[in-house]
Amino acid sequence: MAKYDLNDDHVVVIVGSGAGGGTLANELCQQGIDVVLLEAGQRQGPDTFVNDEWASFAQLAWLDNRTTSGSWRVARDFPNLPAWICKTVGGSTTHWAGASLRFQEHEFKARTTYGAIDGANLLDWPVTLAEMEPFYDRAEKKMRVTRTNGYPGLPGNNNFRVMYTGAKRLGYKTVHTGRMAINSTPSDDGRSSCHQAGFCFQGCKFGAKWSTLYTEIPAAEETGRLDLRPGAQALKIEHDASGKVTGVLYADEKGDQHLQKARVVCVAGNSIESPRLLLNSASSMFPDGLGNSSGQVGRNYMRHTTGSIYATFEKPVFMFRGTTMAGIIQDEAHHDPKRGFAGGYELETLSLGLPFMAAFLDPGAWGREFTRKMDQYSHMAGMWIVGEDMPRETNRVTLNSDVKDRFGLPVANVHFDDHENDERMRSHAFRQGSEVYRAAGALEVYEVPPYPSTHNLGSNRMSAEAKDGVVNRHGQSWDVKNLFVSDGSQFTTGATENPTLTIVALAIRQAEFIRDSMAKNEI
Amino acid sequence: MGTRRIYENRRAFLRKLVQGTATVAIAGGTVSIVGVDGAWAMSLQSIDAHGAKTLLRMTRLMYPHDQLGDFYYAEVVEDLDGEAAKSAETAKLLKDGVATLDEAYGQPWIELSEGYQLQVMEKISADPFFGKVKGATVVSLYNNPTLWPVFAYQGSSAEYGGYLDRGFDDLAWGEIPDEEASPPAYRG
Repeated sequence: MAKYDLNDDHVVVIVGSGAGGGTLANELCQQGIDVVLLEAGQRQGPDTFVNDEWASFAQLAWLDNRTTSGSWRVARDFPNLPAWICKTVGGSTTHWAGASLRFQEHEFKARTTYGAIDGANLLDWPVTLAEMEPFYDRAEKKMRVTRTNGYPGLPGNNNFRVMYTGAKRLGYKTVHTGRMAINSTPSDDGRSSCHQAGFCFQGCKFGAKWSTLYTEIPAAEETGRLDLRPGAQALKIEHDASGKVTGVLYADEKGDQHLQKARVVCVAGNSIESPRLLLNSASSMFPDGLGNSSGQVGRNYMRHTTGSIYATFEKPVFMFRGTTMAGIIQDEAHHDPKRGFAGGYELETLSLGLPFMAAFLDPGAWGREFTRKMDQYSHMAGMWIVGEDMPRETNRVTLNSDVKDRFGLPVANVHFDDHENDERMRSHAFRQGSEVYRAAGALEVYEVPPYPSTHNLGSNRMSAEAKDGVVNRHGQSWDVKNLFVSDGSQFTTGATENPTLTIVALAIRQAEFIRDSMAKNEI
Repeated sequence: MGTRRIYENRRAFLRKLVQGTATVAIAGGTVSIVGVDGAWAMSLQSIDAHGAKTLLRMTRLMYPHDQLGDFYYAEVVEDLDGEAAKSAETAKLLKDGVATLDEAYGQPWIELSEGYQLQVMEKISADPFFGKVKGATVVSLYNNPTLWPVFAYQGSSAEYGGYLDRGFDDLAWGEIPDEEASPPAYRG
């Protein structure tokens, strides 16, 4: 492991070690570039992960205070928990389920394809699927995505079998165990194949699920170029009189503050902290936030149109046995405006353990009507909707000047209102998912509202023109050449697909651009 | 935490836990919730006897499972008590909350019928006291590993090698997926 001096300004400083930051760090190190990786969380691993929902949540989740506003139900049921994402080395790649799907071609051209939609801030990406394909290839190889590169698909668990049964009877055609970044066979780096433990969300104790924690980061460390600093929470990005960023001010575990100088700064703190960091880095040169001359920093925040459907059956299911996301129905993922909305959605199996089912099945509910459902737990099957939600300028991350963190900085407020398109899509998905389960013989079906968001996107979006976004087609700030955004906050639109594969592909691509720009002394 | 559990053998233990009722006792100045067959007891540090009886009933009415013995709800009350012992604010919230329940009909709430008890709970359901008890119950009741077998939830699995050889795909009904949809598991 390398160790750079705080005053060493030749390094690239990356904030956040998840899918974006962790991958970018490794890609840069492999290409001879020295990296300081600041991670707010601590370093866990398969030996310290716990198969215990609440204890794991306390271990891995981002729990620093946030506030919420807007008409979304999360603001009412979980006012200080807009998102279920992570504060740990590896970021949310420790927690994710592993679903790894490429965007569809038209999803990079959402504005052109869907047209102008009132109340939505649609925009085409400044990159195309064709440009992304070589990087998707590399990401799928890196992550050992099943059903690509000769990696076999995973076997389907009981929860998948129930969904499969209903889907087939209903007439759906594309139903399978998914493209998953989970080892279906052991990998050369010594990681086990999947043992169907059922605690994917709590960190994979078998190391079978891909996570930057035990792949990208150790690989970067082996180059001798990575200086990983856990317990380092970024507070502010500094810049000089010419408008170039010069370093990152951060607090260590004791609360002492340090300024790490940098040649380049890459922000990858997920879509709530990344815009917050830029906003908290406001100065007289950047009064609205660093890199925010367009006013789009924090705006266009997206969370995917989600919701869950649980159903009870006459005979037991034991859905908690095996992978949490064990399969997918893709028949509704295309764009078909005849359904009454733009964009598409996927239906993916989902399971929660008994403790989390009680907390999330019907937040706030109590009494016999609720416990009657809980009594059916072992006879339940479940699926999760993930669909494209509309970017809106008013859905945004801002600084809450009334609420400060322990460093005296304003916390993030997440404001969200569903667009009508989101509601029509969710309604359609609830109906279709319910029909799937009824076709399988469901006794009762429950529509469950969206949880605190696990997909957080768009709040520093890419654009073809500076006025429409925060970063260009390389994730480079329009305002500040040596500042980059490297996580899902870059997404121009959300598409229907789970975001991690695209985040990894973008990071691989961005590493090449940073390397070339540094070699040409452009940054 | 003040919990003493006495049991002869595992099956008898589970039977008692699942079905047994409890009572609140005071001995040597200490308030305890006691399983009536003497199988278990919990000593409380902050909540008084009336509060303990009331909260035991309230937590059960909030999340009623007739198949669960009082033991599980007593554990929730014990958790609330632990918090009250450390926080004067929580202790006051609980004490005042119990008083609010008792004021509804000018009679100890614990003596009302179930229907009237629920009605009073509905009335105060937006209060911080209700929210505190609800939040504690929904988490700690269902987070109790001794309760999980009642719901057939199997809990931690990595130490048993996951569910790969413990029935992850043993569904006894429904269509069998074809090999393209669901390839066979790798078993080395």
